[in-house]
Amino acid sequence: MANYTKVSYKKDELNLEISKIFKQLMEKKVVSAVLAPSSQSSGVVRQTLIVNPIKTAQIDLFAPIIPVNSAKIASSLTAKPSGKNIAMVMRSCEVRAAIELAKLNQINLDDVLLIGLDCFGRFENTDFSKLLEQNLTSESFIQSAQSEKVAVNGFDIVGACKICEYPVPDNVDIRICVIGADTNSFGVEGVSEKGKQALGEIGLTGSEPPGKRKELVEALSKKRSDLLAQKLDEYKQTINSIQALEDSLANCINCYNCRVACPVCYCKECVYLTNTFRHEGEQYLGWAQREGTLKMPTDTAFYHLTRMTHISTFCVGCGQCTSACPNDIELTLAFRSVAKASQARFEYQAGRSLDEQQPLTLFHDDELVEVTGQVK
Amino acid sequence: MSEFEPKIVAFFCNWCTFTAADLAGTSRLSYPPNINIIRVMCSGMVDPKFVIKAFLNGADGVLIGGCWPGDCHYINGNLKARRRVALLTEVLKQYGISEDRFWLRWIAASEGNMLQEVAKEMTEKLKALGPSPVNVNKLAG
Repeated sequence: MANYTKVSYKKDELNLEISKIFKQLMEKKVVSAVLAPSSQSSGVVRQTLIVNPIKTAQIDLFAPIIPVNSAKIASSLTAKPSGKNIAMVMRSCEVRAAIELAKLNQINLDDVLLIGLDCFGRFENTDFSKLLEQNLTSESFIQSAQSEKVAVNGFDIVGACKICEYPVPDNVDIRICVIGADTNSFGVEGVSEKGKQALGEIGLTGSEPPGKRKELVEALSKKRSDLLAQKLDEYKQTINSIQALEDSLANCINCYNCRVACPVCYCKECVYLTNTFRHEGEQYLGWAQREGTLKMPTDTAFYHLTRMTHISTFCVGCGQCTSACPNDIELTLAFRSVAKASQARFEYQAGRSLDEQQPLTLFHDDELVEVTGQVK
Repeated sequence: MSEFEPKIVAFFCNWCTFTAADLAGTSRLSYPPNINIIRVMCSGMVDPKFVIKAFLNGADGVLIGGCWPGDCHYINGNLKARRRVALLTEVLKQYGISEDRFWLRWIAASEGNMLQEVAKEMTEKLKALGPSPVNVNKLAG
């Protein structure tokens, strides 16, 4: 049964109305803590762990920014369960990354009330700060995005969001919806039984979502999918050799920020930071002999290709790698392109379901016969 | 100009394919010297990095030899290898290293003749394909 409650807000009171919901969830003891994007004293918006209901006033859910993929934060909060119920607010890419991390035992979702947000995209962190100076509010952004205008004052959302075919998160308990919502309103939708129950506790029983919602979500998703297909096609045509890959990575300085920002690159110690890749001078000189020269630092394409083999089966395409790159390398497309191929090979889709096992965590006797082409 | 001789890096499982290569030797079955054998304890321990590094350093082909499904000395290392090879094939394909250059084959310890066949077949295939695109670009650049 559908459970969608329309909540109206007066001008400049979007955050206030949303805060009330979280305050009630805490006061009714549905959850003992809330992790939600909130305003900081500096003005920027960051994920914030709130345990005092009064502090929910800081909440600013729809600020168009994801400074860190929250799946990583969820991992620090739940990898070792605290036994406390926590409501966590995430967007689609964060939810999908969280699902993948849960499969890798890096997150425990048992005590989490997962609250997903409709997403029109995010700005780069620095762009968002500049927009704040120009008095951008979540409310104004959402209203402009609802009329299909996401670029603001010359700043546009990041590339990864433009090609993200999942504006609405699945696998959540509750969704806070703005796509297809009437002007000056948003929707609170109970998705799972757990979510419906939680909303029931605070008197949000709801009914059917607005009729145009489904259509608008599909249209937005299709628009982005079409652009994704076009971008992937371009990428495939142009970056189709090791040389082209190396050229596209020419500005890489081996800082490994993309690995740090990646929500699903979860190793505590990356092999590229170990002695395996710390060589003696003599070794480098030896390698330089081959062609007479050796680019330093070495192993740049090697590093990115390794990361592709490690995470492409569960890359969710959140674009944090590109955002973290100090030299503006467009890694998102590379990873989305390879991820598409490798996930298709195993009929897997990152973040689709908690019940699907990750491709490299299972194997069968009688599969992938085409790899060797041999039958006994 | 002399004929192109492909360089093939071969990771052979100690328990099957490596022994098969030994058998081929003692049975006087000759196979092309293009195969450069690295003995590993299981096809399942061939880290994708080994393969990527081989290609980046100019290998024209990479051959992994493992035990037939059901025969793995470590129960299922070969099955894990097969999944990894499928994945790595998808990654390499994007960057112009086709699956014709990256083979996984099951060769049991008793199959010295099959080792000879596979070595010949892969060498012929790579001769027809020509040098790895990684090398072609290096030479041109």
